[in-house]
Amino acid sequence: MYAFEIDRPTTLADAIKALGAEDAQALGGGQTLIPSLKQRLASPARLVCLSGVAEIKGIRTADDGALCIGGGTTHADVAAGAGAYPALAALAANIGDPAVRNRGTIGGSLANNDPSACYPAAVLASGATVVTNTRQIAADDFFDGMFATALEEGEIITEVRFPVPEAASYQKFEQPASRFALVGVFVAKYATGVRVAVTGASEGGVFRWSEAEAALTSSFTPEALDGLVLSGDGMIADLHGSGAYRAHLVDVMTRRAVAAAG
Amino acid sequence: MPKDGGIGASTRRREDVRFLTGNGHYTDDINLRGQAYVHFLRSDVAHGRLRSVDTSAAEAMPGVLRIFTGKDFEAVGGVPCGWQVTDRFGQPMQEPKHPVLAHGKVRHVGDPIAAVVAETREQARDAAEAIELDIEELPAVVDMKAALKDGAPKVHDELTSNLCYDWGFVEENKSAVDEAFAKAAHVTTLELVNNRLIANPMEPRVAVGDYNRSTGDSTLYTTSQNPHVIRLLMGAFVLGIPEHKLRVVAPDVGGGFGSKIFHYAEEAFCTFAAKALNRPVKWTSSRSEAFMSDAHGRDHVTKIELALDKDNNFTAIRTETYANMGAYLSTFAPSVPTWLHGTLMAGNYKTPHIYVNVKAVFTNTVPVDAYRGAGRPEATYQLERVIDKAAHELGVDPIALRRQNFITEFPYATPVAVEYDTGDYHATMDKLEEIADLKGFAARRKESEARGRLRGLGINCYIEACGIAPSNLVGQLGARAGLYESATVRVNATGGLVVMTGSHSHGQGHETSFAQVISEMIGIDADMVEIVHGDTANTPMGMGTYGSRSLAVGGSAMVRATEKIINKAKKIAAHLMEAAEGDIELKDGRFSVAGTDKSVAWGDVTLAAYVPHNYPLADLEPGLEETAFYDPANFTYPAGAYACEVEVDPDTGRVTIERFAAADDFGNVVNPMIVSGQVHGGIGQGIGQALLEACAYDENGQLLTGSYMDYAMPRAADVPFYRVDHSCQTPCTHNPLGVKGCGEAGAIGSPPAVVNAVIDALQSGGHDIAHIDMPLSPSRVWQAMQG
Amino acid sequence: MPEVTMTVNGKHVKGQIEGRTLLVDFIRENLGLTGTHVGCDTSQCGACVVHVDGKAVKACTMFAAEAEGAEVRTIESMAEPDGTLHPIQAAFREHHGLQCGFCTPGMVMSAAALLAENPTPTEAEIRDYLEGNICRCTGYHNIVKAILAASGQDVSRIAAE
Repeated sequence: MYAFEIDRPTTLADAIKALGAEDAQALGGGQTLIPSLKQRLASPARLVCLSGVAEIKGIRTADDGALCIGGGTTHADVAAGAGAYPALAALAANIGDPAVRNRGTIGGSLANNDPSACYPAAVLASGATVVTNTRQIAADDFFDGMFATALEEGEIITEVRFPVPEAASYQKFEQPASRFALVGVFVAKYATGVRVAVTGASEGGVFRWSEAEAALTSSFTPEALDGLVLSGDGMIADLHGSGAYRAHLVDVMTRRAVAAAG
Repeated sequence: MPKDGGIGASTRRREDVRFLTGNGHYTDDINLRGQAYVHFLRSDVAHGRLRSVDTSAAEAMPGVLRIFTGKDFEAVGGVPCGWQVTDRFGQPMQEPKHPVLAHGKVRHVGDPIAAVVAETREQARDAAEAIELDIEELPAVVDMKAALKDGAPKVHDELTSNLCYDWGFVEENKSAVDEAFAKAAHVTTLELVNNRLIANPMEPRVAVGDYNRSTGDSTLYTTSQNPHVIRLLMGAFVLGIPEHKLRVVAPDVGGGFGSKIFHYAEEAFCTFAAKALNRPVKWTSSRSEAFMSDAHGRDHVTKIELALDKDNNFTAIRTETYANMGAYLSTFAPSVPTWLHGTLMAGNYKTPHIYVNVKAVFTNTVPVDAYRGAGRPEATYQLERVIDKAAHELGVDPIALRRQNFITEFPYATPVAVEYDTGDYHATMDKLEEIADLKGFAARRKESEARGRLRGLGINCYIEACGIAPSNLVGQLGARAGLYESATVRVNATGGLVVMTGSHSHGQGHETSFAQVISEMIGIDADMVEIVHGDTANTPMGMGTYGSRSLAVGGSAMVRATEKIINKAKKIAAHLMEAAEGDIELKDGRFSVAGTDKSVAWGDVTLAAYVPHNYPLADLEPGLEETAFYDPANFTYPAGAYACEVEVDPDTGRVTIERFAAADDFGNVVNPMIVSGQVHGGIGQGIGQALLEACAYDENGQLLTGSYMDYAMPRAADVPFYRVDHSCQTPCTHNPLGVKGCGEAGAIGSPPAVVNAVIDALQSGGHDIAHIDMPLSPSRVWQAMQG
Repeated sequence: MPEVTMTVNGKHVKGQIEGRTLLVDFIRENLGLTGTHVGCDTSQCGACVVHVDGKAVKACTMFAAEAEGAEVRTIESMAEPDGTLHPIQAAFREHHGLQCGFCTPGMVMSAAALLAENPTPTEAEIRDYLEGNICRCTGYHNIVKAILAASGQDVSRIAAE
């Protein structure tokens, strides 16, 4: 790792202030950032550690029924505390491994927007709102391709608001080495329609499969997907699978998610 | 009733207490006063000419003590190879130089170019980034067959080609083999890849060099399976330090699996730099660095043909293998595809004619050498896969086809130059059928199919040559070392013993099982026996641990030394009891005179040896310490039969291991608990090879699997509980313990069982698939199902 | 150089660190507690698992500065001061759940975290929980068996020694 200073603010205001320094970077749970720092892939002058900021942790239900999760909430805490949205709790319970879940946070995961991460699929499929210290960003506007988001420099995710669906399921097919999603599909059924978000598969990062959404909105059954063809073009092709394989898995995982969501 | 001590008891391991409490003492736990740290700047191109290495800016960085480059090592030797193979035409293999730090050219991603020694690890790395390299990138060769084409870029300019050797075995058999194929009623042909693997012991390599300017002695602490071999290779061939001025210590070592046999440049560097700087120098490999600097394993591309007569008897086997050596010859690399592979091509079967051809090839990749099983998994995999394919083609039961061709009479001289002393392959197959519950398979398949899964059963046999190895034989085969083992048994005055063994434990539990043997021989509590290993300063010259040799060879040396001790102790006892030496019996730690009630305790005799007041000094030296070197008369031949049941998810191609059973014949067993554990671990690695693991390069020689993010290691959820059995025992006939060795069996026997099972599952689902290359990852299986 | 203070194995400790000092380096180098190991650099192998404020974390993927004021527990604290092994340690020994010993401290710390959350896990739950702990020696058989045994469940029907 390159040398850097480390700040450990205890209030959001102090964290924002610290992030104003030159080449400062926020450190969530660090489960992705620290390995990148070890590879010397990043060289921040200052890391602002958010794990001490209590006000961005926790889970609450908003007046409109949305499940609101603080940006600094760990995966383990979401797994244990998001019972109001079981598919989301199940997703969190299956990210990485137990030790990673005890450190990694939802805000950190979303800000990083790894193309194989699980949370982006949940946020996009739920039409969630990403709340930062400066604004609210709709899920459809948040993700901006692999490792890129709408976040500005110094902006911190303080909360993510998930409208709770009538039924939902996340199905992950793991990449054999990293155990990240080779393909993960989150299906959420709302009164207004079904949303399907896919992670792991596309070179463009998490995306909505709109044809599947339309089909499932008319009939929320696996068979509704019959005849839909997702192209392998633009899908990630690597050691662990071709674009065509990933496209196929999207179909399989979507069907399984629909079946599991009931 | 199970025994509670001695040979055959599942004694709980004494070493566990320190490991479980965090008190293990691994090389990275060693920190010497004044220690500096080295960071190696490694090539990020696979092949290139080093135009210049400018260290001037880096030298001015904070904390830098000195930066070394290839020029600093011009006056010393290169990293040597310990085995010379002679080719089909009687010529020695092509053997390139292997400099400690790259000189002139870089030949693989990870080839060390410069070494920065600094006050801290991070300072060394910071400075390494400031070294300015000018490398003219050259086209790389990665594919072995491409590397052998005319005009292919040469890894080593001074060699005539990228061919290390073209080996035929047994060359004189070739025409008889060809004739048998011409007459065959059926020929089954299979082309396959034995995937490139990375051993990945959980402890990365570490080296700490130290120099004592008072005595002029050098000490190297290193993560090694064989400290004496490192001392010999590094002292004699690299640095020119006589062995009496060089000590190599391998303390607790966190797994090896072959990758810590070899002498590595980093070890030589730390020893050299410690003297040059007059400070201890430490290197700790990161895992990412290990992926490009630890020797890799396997990487064979093979075509095997099996000839059968009209009654399905095997009549001949012919193979052609390309074996990747990587960019340089690692310590034992040339022996793996030849003497550890060709000699095992008969397997468990009485095939009269066999010919093996191996072309070893240099490529711009990390050197390839022994990995758990070394050569024997490659032989077993191709043979057991081609037999399954033949059974399918002929429409016969794969178990029946194997049984029909089993060797049943021993000793058996194979057409590939080895003689199996004992074995009973029907017995292990019978045992397998029982413990794997093969009768219940049909019902289990039905149940799987009801859930939409394909279920397959894979069976195979294996044999291996262990207890490596008779020195005179391996000398004829090109080994540049003997492969005996040594032990010194030192009995103390109060009766306790210290055994100093040349074997090295890095997980195998020698401290427990070796003590059990002594306890059995003398009849004393195992707690009175201390096993010392891993330090050239206090153990006799030994060849270390690999090739399932510790108990068969090292244990035998210990037995021989202990027999000398007992013989001398009997003389002392005879004197004490005024009896004839021939009448003395040793039982339960007491010497008695046969037919009388006279006896003396073990401790009385040991005390007399060191306090020789009443002692036959005219005839016998005082003291009780003996050394033995044991050179085995033959290899040992563990063998067995394995069964795997898998489910395949036809929607995704994902394979899950549902059941796994192993019936092994290891001869006599000293500690059944440890033996089972060794088999479990081998099976875990074999499942890893079959389903998960692959080291991959792109066509430019860039390592695609540079970390655990892309190299798939088996996790707990990837494997089931295994059923293992080693009750079929045909003791080895030529070592005093009758043991055969158990460390590699699991890794040798399991890959074909897994692959046979997956192919069986797919065929049961109507897929016309004859073979899929390992690892059978979901995407590969799915792709195969697409036709 | 900033200073960090924390409680490690019940003892109040402090030390000079850099921002980039990992918790595992602080434990190994500053405190000399070398039972916690480093087996990878991508947060996957779990040889470095310790407990921070009662939760299993990878000490290689947390900065020492982040443990300011925390309660840290390492493998060295698991046995009783008189040397009596913790029941999980004892089960690993009884069932041969370790070979080279390098992954073992992390395995034991993960197992302890599992049993604290789930006192009688199933075989599948144990295997799943160990996703972040890689062992290269045992094929996991005896590790899983040892954890089942440590949880008080009958393991006599599990095959082999």
